[in-house]
Amino acid sequence: MGTDKKSEPLNRVDGRAKVTGKAKYFAEFEVPGLTYAVMVTSTITRGTIATIDTKNAERAPGVLAVYTHLNMPAIPGWADQPNSNAKLPSGGEKYRMLGSNKILFNGQPIALVVANTLERAQYAASLVTASYNKTEHQTDLLKNTQKAAMPGRFGDYTRGEQKEAYKTAPVTIAADYTIPVEVHNPMELAGILAIWEGEDQLKVYAKTQGVKATQRTLAGAFKIPEKNVQVHSEFVGGGFGMGLRTWPQEVAVAAAARQLKKPVKLVMTRQQMFSLVGHRPYTVQHISMGADKDGQLQGIYHEATAETASYDDFTEGTVAMTRFMYACPNVTTKYRIVPLDRGVPIWMRGPGEATGAFALESAIDEMAYKVNMDPLDFRVKNFAETDPEKNKPFSSNNLKEAYQLGSEKIGWNKRDRTPGSMKDGEWLVGYGMSTGVFGAHRGESTCRAQLNADGTLILQSATSDIGPGTSTAMVQIAHEVTGLSINKIRFELGDASLPPSGSQGGSATVSSVGSAVFDTCTALKALLAEAGLAFEEGTVKPVTGKTATMQQVLATQNKTFFEVTKSSKGGAEQDKYSMYSFSIHFAEVRVHPHTGVVRVKRVVTVADSGRIVSPKTAASQMIGGVTGGIGMALTEEAVIDHRFGRFVNNNLGDYHVPVSADVPHIETIFIDKPDPYSNPMGSKGMGEIALIGFSAAVANAVYHATGKRIRELPITPDKILSA
Amino acid sequence: MDDQLRNEEQNGTSRRSFLKQTSLMTALALAPETVLKAAESGLDEKIAAAIETMPLNVVINGVKQSVRIEPRVTLLDLLRERLQLTGTKKGCDHGQCGACTVHIDGERVNACLTLALTTEGREVTTIEGLAHGDELHPMQEAFLEHDGFQCGYCTPGQIMSAICCIREGHAGTPDEVREYMSGNICRCGAYSNIVDAIMDVKQGGKKI
Repeated sequence: MGTDKKSEPLNRVDGRAKVTGKAKYFAEFEVPGLTYAVMVTSTITRGTIATIDTKNAERAPGVLAVYTHLNMPAIPGWADQPNSNAKLPSGGEKYRMLGSNKILFNGQPIALVVANTLERAQYAASLVTASYNKTEHQTDLLKNTQKAAMPGRFGDYTRGEQKEAYKTAPVTIAADYTIPVEVHNPMELAGILAIWEGEDQLKVYAKTQGVKATQRTLAGAFKIPEKNVQVHSEFVGGGFGMGLRTWPQEVAVAAAARQLKKPVKLVMTRQQMFSLVGHRPYTVQHISMGADKDGQLQGIYHEATAETASYDDFTEGTVAMTRFMYACPNVTTKYRIVPLDRGVPIWMRGPGEATGAFALESAIDEMAYKVNMDPLDFRVKNFAETDPEKNKPFSSNNLKEAYQLGSEKIGWNKRDRTPGSMKDGEWLVGYGMSTGVFGAHRGESTCRAQLNADGTLILQSATSDIGPGTSTAMVQIAHEVTGLSINKIRFELGDASLPPSGSQGGSATVSSVGSAVFDTCTALKALLAEAGLAFEEGTVKPVTGKTATMQQVLATQNKTFFEVTKSSKGGAEQDKYSMYSFSIHFAEVRVHPHTGVVRVKRVVTVADSGRIVSPKTAASQMIGGVTGGIGMALTEEAVIDHRFGRFVNNNLGDYHVPVSADVPHIETIFIDKPDPYSNPMGSKGMGEIALIGFSAAVANAVYHATGKRIRELPITPDKILSA
Repeated sequence: MDDQLRNEEQNGTSRRSFLKQTSLMTALALAPETVLKAAESGLDEKIAAAIETMPLNVVINGVKQSVRIEPRVTLLDLLRERLQLTGTKKGCDHGQCGACTVHIDGERVNACLTLALTTEGREVTTIEGLAHGDELHPMQEAFLEHDGFQCGYCTPGQIMSAICCIREGHAGTPDEVREYMSGNICRCGAYSNIVDAIMDVKQGGKKI
């Protein structure tokens, strides 16, 4: 690996379980004596619970308990922590589920009903009534910008001497961009199944992107050793970031299960998932940009202001891309958060970089038109050969090749660049492009290998898989290192008792866990060599000059298997180079001039993400990210009615994630060249760059089709018609 | 159902008050003393179970199932919570996502919007009923081959829906497939591959 050799496209190793319905997700384990939890949630946004009446619910058939702030069992790890966030910009009181009578956001749980069947729990929950003392709430970011604060992370950044070059350059543009609340909405409903197998022995089936992180959170909450918390999460029905936290309701369910001495399962409703498992924050941005008449960037000013909760700081890298993407001498970025009476956001695929890229890549397109250049030529002209923020070389950067491959495939140069000039029947035709970028991260990860006497190899690591195909990629890496047949290798994940690894997030799994698999398999080869054995022709054989088979060697060593555990992490190269994955998106759209409807007709997306370890699942990652990008660009928006502080479209009928009819055939191209420094495979991450920037490609295509710049997502027909 | 009865017997809390408030029991209020005596002797749950549940006979994946369930139980919850047929997924419980798509008498239906009792005497097929032993259904094979999924959660519903999409004659072109598969949401965004898988099965011409 790490060479130019290409990997074979492989069907998913866990695909059979998924197409036959045998794959078991957290809510699907049969547990004797299982009970069901249902949450009752607040109908006000800020204030206190005056009275809560649970009598009828308690008397309803099959009900085991109704928990409210009045009788919720104490969660020892929460009780220890200070109840205020005074040091944080958000500054409010901490949110503890059922911890007090305070209401901090709409949809906050006020009761947890547990009954012996789902239907009984649901019915009993409907019988809980509450009265409130309402106070004024603030959910509108635009009306609360005076509260904007600089978070601890992501301070202001400036480079260059001409602080106002974006104003004084010969050609300038300035505009505001808005991103609404978007909600991850993985298809699987969130929740947890908690079982206490002893006073301090907890087992959970969880929907998590990090089994170790969930283990740590639960161990901390109940003040029990981490090893006493078993976390199982072999299959996860999508995450997109919402599984990067163990949410308070999951801890509360475990507390209820402990007191009731019964297994308790919570499957949240889709409506509850809009308020209680995070979202992409509503963000307003301003970009000013200055350039020479010949299209050389002179200055960029980028400011982002995003919502967070009153009870927690949420931050993300919204303005990060602007600092290094283009060779621009003068750059200033600012990032602010505004505490509001809403549930806390969480990273959503692409996270802040996707928000920032919409603004930056829209502005780049606008500037290209203003200096009368092709947007592709403009990007090439301002290409950063080295990272201008960190002043380091890129570990690899094949953007120029990516621009070329993508533009050839979509027919970029065959279009007429003039806005509004192309038609297909009565539809206006537009082409747009954008760039995406995300850090190529590598964390520490551990892998255990067990080579059995029958020649099967089992690899284990406590990572998670929310869908990208982690097991498939790991089996492929092990196959390429050892030469062992694919069908003899099994990768096990989703169990916190396995050797430790990080969470699945930030596009780092293949790089981190894959490196551990690579190093462990390499060590296994060395161990075999010592025993006079080697991987050969897809199996294990004696090396030349030796005759003892693996079975015989194991027998003499009194073992039933060979075993190696290795930890792996990056070295000095991580500081020496600036490591990023890049994507280029090209979109061809149709815009209907009378109705304002936008259809994405064709997509070509190019990934420069190092060597591709698993081509088939990697291609699915790319088309998946683009599909998410179509939603971001055209359909997705969680609308809050600020009079009530409540989402009005918190369901899949009214919050429009893309459906099949919204998504054309998507062509993916991989540069597929190993990065010499990222990790032993030469791979870089892919999950985020698939989405980052795509919404700008659509917005730019809409401009090309219509001459209208839509700077507020999603680009719905009303915005086109009124622009 | 056995589980439910067992649970009821184990959890005798508040049974008397339950008997008093259960609307179906108001008829028996004419003889309150009898009822209360029954409650004292722990018969209340059994009486409630007898009154509040109804018999259901349905063939699921070729197997005849005879159960007693409450009328409010959906086909989806019957499958997932009582019969351990968890291949059928719950994604919204409102008929908005298609993850729970099953076949009832050969037609695609959202199991979350179907009260289980309405399937009396009918034939239900779920994802677990498609393969013959190790031999996958052609649609399962095509999804595997075209990587028509990532997390796999919507997949059973997509596959059940895709089979009917072809049977209904709605798989003439990729665009027609897109239209007639739009009731099944895939948040991982595998649509492009799903359409390829369905067109592949359609063009393969196998009876499905």
